[in-house]
Amino acid sequence: MTPLLEITDLDLRFDTEHGGVHAVDRLSLEVHESECIGIVGESGSGKTQTFLAALGLLAENGRATGSVRFRGEEILNAPRRRLDQLRGSRLAMIFQDALSALTPTMTIGGQLAEPLRRHQGLSRSAARARALEMLETVGLPDAARRLRAYPFELSGGQRQRVMIAMALICRPDLVIADEPTTALDVTVQAQVLRLLDGVKRHTRTSIVLITHDLAVVAGLCDRVAIMYAGRMVETGSADDIFLRPQHPYTQGLLRSMPALGDELERELPAIPGQPPDMRRLPPGCGFQPRCRLAVERCHREQPSLARFAPGHRCACHLVPSA
Amino acid sequence: MIAFTLRRLLVAVPTLFLIGTASFFLMRAAPGGPFDADADLEPQVLANIRASYDLDKPLFEQYLIYLRRALTGDFGPSLVYKDFTVTELIGIGLPVSMRLGAMAMLIALLVGASAGIVAALRQNRLIDHLVMAMAMTGIAIPSFVVAPLLALLFGLYLGLLPVAGWNGGAWRNMVLPVTALALPQIAIIARLMRGGMLEVLRSDFVRTARAKGLGEWRVVSRHALRPALVPLVGYLGPALAGIMTGSLVIELIFNLPGVGRYFVQGALNRDYPLVMGVVVIYAGLIIVLNLLSDLAYAALDPRVRRQYR
Repeated sequence: MTPLLEITDLDLRFDTEHGGVHAVDRLSLEVHESECIGIVGESGSGKTQTFLAALGLLAENGRATGSVRFRGEEILNAPRRRLDQLRGSRLAMIFQDALSALTPTMTIGGQLAEPLRRHQGLSRSAARARALEMLETVGLPDAARRLRAYPFELSGGQRQRVMIAMALICRPDLVIADEPTTALDVTVQAQVLRLLDGVKRHTRTSIVLITHDLAVVAGLCDRVAIMYAGRMVETGSADDIFLRPQHPYTQGLLRSMPALGDELERELPAIPGQPPDMRRLPPGCGFQPRCRLAVERCHREQPSLARFAPGHRCACHLVPSA
Repeated sequence: MIAFTLRRLLVAVPTLFLIGTASFFLMRAAPGGPFDADADLEPQVLANIRASYDLDKPLFEQYLIYLRRALTGDFGPSLVYKDFTVTELIGIGLPVSMRLGAMAMLIALLVGASAGIVAALRQNRLIDHLVMAMAMTGIAIPSFVVAPLLALLFGLYLGLLPVAGWNGGAWRNMVLPVTALALPQIAIIARLMRGGMLEVLRSDFVRTARAKGLGEWRVVSRHALRPALVPLVGYLGPALAGIMTGSLVIELIFNLPGVGRYFVQGALNRDYPLVMGVVVIYAGLIIVLNLLSDLAYAALDPRVRRQYR
């Protein structure tokens, strides 16, 4: 069965005033139908740029090579006309900061209706009715009045719900949620996650959840991919990652998560060092400068993503491949 | 919104009062007087003339007389254009100046904004460089240089358009002065519009609009245009002031019967009431036009609209 989205050897470079940046290094990833996959990594690890590239939304100074296939069709660097048919209709994206990601001078209703009118040719009134229905689905109180409101008149959580409603309004096959909870406070975060969980349960839409927060992934995702410095370092089922993490970076991330029952005085073990400067990546393994276990080979040779167990792959010289 | 407008108009009253007062005393501080050019007048005749215009009274009393009249919209008789009151002279000149200024403003906005948008959408391509080069030239060359050059080229050498004159406001007579007046504003507006549009095109919400599968035309017209116009609206006030002061020079160069000519002549002749009248009228216009540009802000941005309540 062809995967819904198949990314193969995606390579992403940016030209900047300070030289070239190799943001994503030969990344391969599959997303299947009705699946929720979590992409975890710190800022700059290339997780967001990977999917912006897939949708043709890179900044002007970005160049992507490799292949991105949607239902078998190559869409990387596809013509704008074709991308416009897919974006918002089959492939949708939820952006992280809904205040800056919604047009400040258009009403919520106007922005929600646009994809419907564009992709489904609905009349103004039909689009409006569907927009209202969608706002109610995402649990926005007083939805009829919200249609006439502007983004600045809503709270952060309400804006994020609008963002989600807008992405889902044409019932896409795949929705990419880029840090959908980052700008929100904790209780609202939980509500938004519950909303995404509902999407996962009640629709056939696949979800790519991009986040730096492993806890967000834990309850929601079937599979997880861990990214570091533009490369995928480990991928597997949620159980693989949370119960049997292999890569030292994944292990470090898990150790630094607070757990219920922790003693208050327990200091969370942080991963020492800083994320790498993407303009000057270290030789060998990208994580090697921060890795407690690094051996001489890690400085020389870049580890490739090798199979550790069925469905569980890891890019580390110290992890035996099966 | 209506309350906001009324408030702003109310604040305009003390502003106008201050401008009137400052210009009254500044004008009187300038050396010379209105009748210095009329040589060989008998001292007694001169004194009679001065007395008939209240110029013999103490300065502060003259100021009070001026204020009292100005409140009723009467700026007194012109000291140089005999048999005309200042109000009559402004009544003749203002329609000409307004028409000239409005045309120039309209053309500056249309041409400048379109050029700026096109340049932004084709950033770093030939058309962008072309527009920006012309804009730099437009900003660098003052209109009192452009105006005679235009008259020389299109009036004398090519013989396409009249060199000067108003001719009752025929469009052939309007072309050159309006162009000369609009050119620097076109240049500034094009740059502002390009800058605003470039910034907005890189913003998150434009990316969202593209992610919705909207075509580039709809992305620009529905999502980017209004936010990109905001910096331009902020410039509307200064632009109008620039066009109004620019028209003083342009009217002189093209010999047009506008208010500008009276203003320059009035200042040179020490025609106190005429200068005062023009200053107050122009100040009032600028206040009203600034208010209009603030209302335009509200029309563009719902956040501003709420502040104005």
